[in-house]
Amino acid sequence: MSTPSFALLANGTSIPWAGVPEWPAPELVQRTGAELERGARLCAWFGVPEVGATRLVALIAFDADNTLAVGRSAPFAGAYPSLTPSHPQAHMFEREVWESHGLRPEGHPWLKPVRRGAGGAPAMGEFFRVGGGEIHEVAVGPVHAGIIEPGHFRFQCAGEEVIHLEIALGYQHRGVENALVGGPRRATMSQIEAVAGDTTIGHATAYAWVAEALAGAEAPLRSQWLRAVALELERLANHTGDLGALANDVAFLPTASACGRIRGDFLNLTALICGNRFGRGLVRPGGCRFDLEPGRLEQLTGQLAGALSEAELAIGWLWDAASVRSRFEDAGTLHAKQATDLGMVGPAARACGIVRDARFDHPAGWHRLAQAPVAVWPGGDVLARARVRWLEVQRSGRFLREQLAAAVDGEMRAELAPAAGDTLAVALVEGWRGEVCHVALTDAGGRFRSYKIVDPSFHNWIGLAMALRGEAISNFPICNKSFNLSYCGFDL
Amino acid sequence: MFAVDTFTHRLKRGCETMAYPKGPAPALPDRHGGALRVDAAKCPDGCAECLPVCPTEAVTRPPGGGVSLDLGRCLFCTACVEACPHGAITQTGDHRMAVRRREDLVLGQPGHEEVRLAAALDEKLRKLFGRSLRLRQVSAGGDGAAEADLNVLGTIGWDLGRFGIQFVASPRHADGLVVTGPVPRSMELALRKTWNAMPEPKIVIAVGTCAISGGPFIGNPEVMNGVESVLPVDLYIPGWPPHPLTILDGLLRVLGRLDEGSRAQVPAQVGS
Repeated sequence: MSTPSFALLANGTSIPWAGVPEWPAPELVQRTGAELERGARLCAWFGVPEVGATRLVALIAFDADNTLAVGRSAPFAGAYPSLTPSHPQAHMFEREVWESHGLRPEGHPWLKPVRRGAGGAPAMGEFFRVGGGEIHEVAVGPVHAGIIEPGHFRFQCAGEEVIHLEIALGYQHRGVENALVGGPRRATMSQIEAVAGDTTIGHATAYAWVAEALAGAEAPLRSQWLRAVALELERLANHTGDLGALANDVAFLPTASACGRIRGDFLNLTALICGNRFGRGLVRPGGCRFDLEPGRLEQLTGQLAGALSEAELAIGWLWDAASVRSRFEDAGTLHAKQATDLGMVGPAARACGIVRDARFDHPAGWHRLAQAPVAVWPGGDVLARARVRWLEVQRSGRFLREQLAAAVDGEMRAELAPAAGDTLAVALVEGWRGEVCHVALTDAGGRFRSYKIVDPSFHNWIGLAMALRGEAISNFPICNKSFNLSYCGFDL
Repeated sequence: MFAVDTFTHRLKRGCETMAYPKGPAPALPDRHGGALRVDAAKCPDGCAECLPVCPTEAVTRPPGGGVSLDLGRCLFCTACVEACPHGAITQTGDHRMAVRRREDLVLGQPGHEEVRLAAALDEKLRKLFGRSLRLRQVSAGGDGAAEADLNVLGTIGWDLGRFGIQFVASPRHADGLVVTGPVPRSMELALRKTWNAMPEPKIVIAVGTCAISGGPFIGNPEVMNGVESVLPVDLYIPGWPPHPLTILDGLLRVLGRLDEGSRAQVPAQVGS
């Protein structure tokens, strides 16, 4: 073919907007489909408004080649042929673009809003219904029984068995992406830190990489080192909390109560670095706002060793208890083929035996220099998702011990040059839940013309819905905990 | 074997619940800094160094007046503390910041340099709730951080249950509503319905800066800038998110279960 292919770029870099190849929308869909067919993965699919029309932008990842690729459509309005029937991983992206920009994907099998807004939520619309006199429907939420974010679950059941689960979110929609247009502003960094509160470091790092790529600069190595340390502390806290919550859901209280406390110990390590248990205020474009001086480093290393050994002990009990294993095994199974087709990311994908980890596939920042082995477990059930977390607790622990023993000297923060105009920048960070993807497009003056955030939950909610099929509805809590997805990260 | 393991582990560790409030409060992380203090009297005429660095415009300076800081909008980033050349805005290291009236979070004027801590509920409510308070939590646009630190209060280290305070699943069983998040418009109905389902008498507790004012999302058309636009608030607990100790202090304070000490009697928590 004479027309150029997708423009290639690496994680944490930028490309002039004019350098992104442009095709008519049907051709973009067809080309994207062809790349996905060859094993590429859809990281983001979004609309960029033009006067009276919208462009589609596709960001795809060639994981095996450590390369990202971007392409766009010519501006258009109205309809385009849907990518979803052949490549289900596009399903939520196409719904989102339809909701936000009115571009209708012709042939999309389930076109309904993703989050709506202005007082309404998608749960007020139609649900997929299973027919038959034996079928009953269970509606749960938006307000749930625990201290947890709101969302709506609609189960179609035959007796105990779930035939179909539809998840309708949107209750947490705070308008994050809209607020970023025209930025950065004074509140931008804080808004990014609150995209998903438990992934503060993940999202803040992605934002910092985008800002640095737009400035054509790199943060000082020492700050990249500290960001990598904070990212693993975030992973340790959340994984430990999740394993404790899973234990709690099968009434295995020794691990549940120990992990609840150890999770707090990990959060306190982040607070030791920056004062905030969730890492707020630490990562900034150009570096980090706090240093880890030798005394503090020593304190961190000592406390980390204590928390890690307690975590290993408490989590280890899970695998010894036959009652726990029998509840985890074969519960909420997601098959590897399904996970691949749906574009799953993070521990949920790795628990299906898929080697997929942005730290390894698309290393940027400190991960170009230091790696933790990818944690993979086959099976796709609750047990596998728990085992992957367990492996990651151990490997993040080892990674941290190595990194803390070899601190890098240098500055913590550098001034950034103004952002380049008419440029697209991309960052993928492997947060504890999976791939955090940020794509920024600047206008001529270097302000954000569009800012796309893809939290790992955006890919993964459908995985939970699929895992529930054929499952007893009473298994929903452990299945849900085993994914532990973010509502606000999805709703933005 | 886990059965022996867990048993000996429990014996070895003993009681892990903190001594507070009978004993001293656990130390805040030194970089946390606690509540802020604002001495507007120290602001020279014309100085506005702190205004442009605040992400949420929590710091303002009316013409002719001194600087005023609204802790209900504050994200505790301490950018203003760093920016102030005159030492007018400082950290106290004090975890206590819960108040009963919104205006008690506005700091700066003489006599109002620090938060005016919450008074206990009136006698009748205290009699009802003082030894048994059941709370229903609703996250309305909360990002999961404040929710996480509420959940922490249920862990063995904090053991909220020892105060007779418990989070319940049904609003029908609840005496109080704990709200987090800036309240997106899409959560307004669910929040109202939860509130309406609760029996009288009942209280509302706003936990975190987002729930008090909208936090970093103030002014977004998609949110309602905090709980107050939907429900009357009885207790404000600032923080982004509030430290678990700050939340616990607020809950105990409003129930009148803390021996009121003056600020000076609280040991400084800021270590070096």
